[in-house]
Amino acid sequence: MEVCGSLTVSLREFGCEQSLLSRTDGSASFVQGDTSVMAGVYGPAEVKVSKEIYDRATLEVLVQPKVGLPSVRERSQEQCVRETCEASLLLTLHPRSSLTLILQVLHDDGSLLSCCLNAACMALMDAGLPMSCLFCGVTCAISTDGQIITDPTAAQEKESRALMTFAIDSAKRSVLMSSTKGSFSVHELQQCIAVSQKASEKIFQFYRDSVKRRYSKSL
Amino acid sequence: MAAGFKTAEPLEYHRSFLVNKSDRIQNHNTEHREVSVTYIGFLILFPCLGSISTANGSALVKLGNTTIICGIKAELTNPTVEAPGKGYIVPNVDLPPLCSSRFRPGPPGEQAQAASQFIADVIERLIKTEDLCIDRGKLCWVLYCDLMCLDYDGNILDACVIALLAALKNTRLPEVTINKETSAPEVNLEKRRELQIHKHLVSASFCIFDDSILIADPTAEEETLSTANLTVVTDEDDRLCSVHKPGGTSLSGERLQECISRATTRQREIQKLIDKVAHSVKKAQ
Repeated sequence: MEVCGSLTVSLREFGCEQSLLSRTDGSASFVQGDTSVMAGVYGPAEVKVSKEIYDRATLEVLVQPKVGLPSVRERSQEQCVRETCEASLLLTLHPRSSLTLILQVLHDDGSLLSCCLNAACMALMDAGLPMSCLFCGVTCAISTDGQIITDPTAAQEKESRALMTFAIDSAKRSVLMSSTKGSFSVHELQQCIAVSQKASEKIFQFYRDSVKRRYSKSL
Repeated sequence: MAAGFKTAEPLEYHRSFLVNKSDRIQNHNTEHREVSVTYIGFLILFPCLGSISTANGSALVKLGNTTIICGIKAELTNPTVEAPGKGYIVPNVDLPPLCSSRFRPGPPGEQAQAASQFIADVIERLIKTEDLCIDRGKLCWVLYCDLMCLDYDGNILDACVIALLAALKNTRLPEVTINKETSAPEVNLEKRRELQIHKHLVSASFCIFDDSILIADPTAEEETLSTANLTVVTDEDDRLCSVHKPGGTSLSGERLQECISRATTRQREIQKLIDKVAHSVKKAQ
């Protein structure tokens, strides 16, 4: 939520819980400050013949907003999450199967797309689906006076001049997905990418800690 | 023989051409030793303004085989409560079954909706919505922009942005005055004014093939074989308005920089072309 001066990045408090739903094959809930998203994964399961792909699994993502029916905005978020997951999942291990990922927005207080990505990754891990790398989402906002704010709240997003969300992978810290709004210069883009890569380290460390804690308890 | 190979193994067919071409590039250009970038080159663009006579503004754009037609209808409405001094623009991208066999009749699919959301995010910088306001809090213009694809051969985002820019340049809105006694709007269809384009936004799309080769302006076939897509939208001040990469394989910083510089050159070419066509249409009227 705070200002980035010389690459000291601070994110809001985040929390995560896995395996909270009983019917799904994998589920997770991710909370960033006040933004909260719950993810559920079903799969590998049977796929409709019209949607089947002969050599890979078919991944379907559904984003359900807190109020109302999914609209055009949710479809575009679904496309971003789906293609990011397809890049990191080993889909060729489950041909002619379907994987369904459902993301339910519980509360939106800014950085929604990155919270969705984090919840999705934790749910896929919980389902035990094979992945080549983990991914995390980081949102950066550029305020009107040029400062870069990571993990902005809804109020900060509204006042910002540009808003960018990146999905960073855990293997090479490269950018898997980029979704931006507003205008910015090339230099600002590069700064935001660097800041997001730094922030992703904290998030990956958090994934590692929470999974370690969970499996140490169940022994 | 080649046609049979192309149908059976499309990936290998494309790969053989791209690898050979990149060897040639590597020999000539000693600076980029590991980079293998193939610019198939942006296809020839053919825009046509004013094709729809019943619309306030329209444009038909052909980018190679990809054809997009944009029609703009203006209506009078009350402005939204959040922004009483601004009008608004409602874009809609439609990919009907006519343009390609991959689209079925029925509600819009994910690709059309994602394209509509992309255009909605980009359009905010195109014109100043304050220009669309007639009477603060009471009356404003709403522009319904309908972009319909007539022929899908890849790279619809680029074609949509160009069509939208060209159609907005072609749009003429009638004068509206508020009658003081009746406080009803009076529309004068004879006097028309043009929309002022605030920033000329142009997008440049690329697809990433085999994690190392970038193809500019991909066709439908190249898109299906690619592992990721990237669209960069720039304006005339070299500022970026959107870097849209919906997932897929990762892209290194240098490649991204190359794409951005290519996008800025593209912006100049397209802006010149649109200005030329708009100017010739105005002269003809």
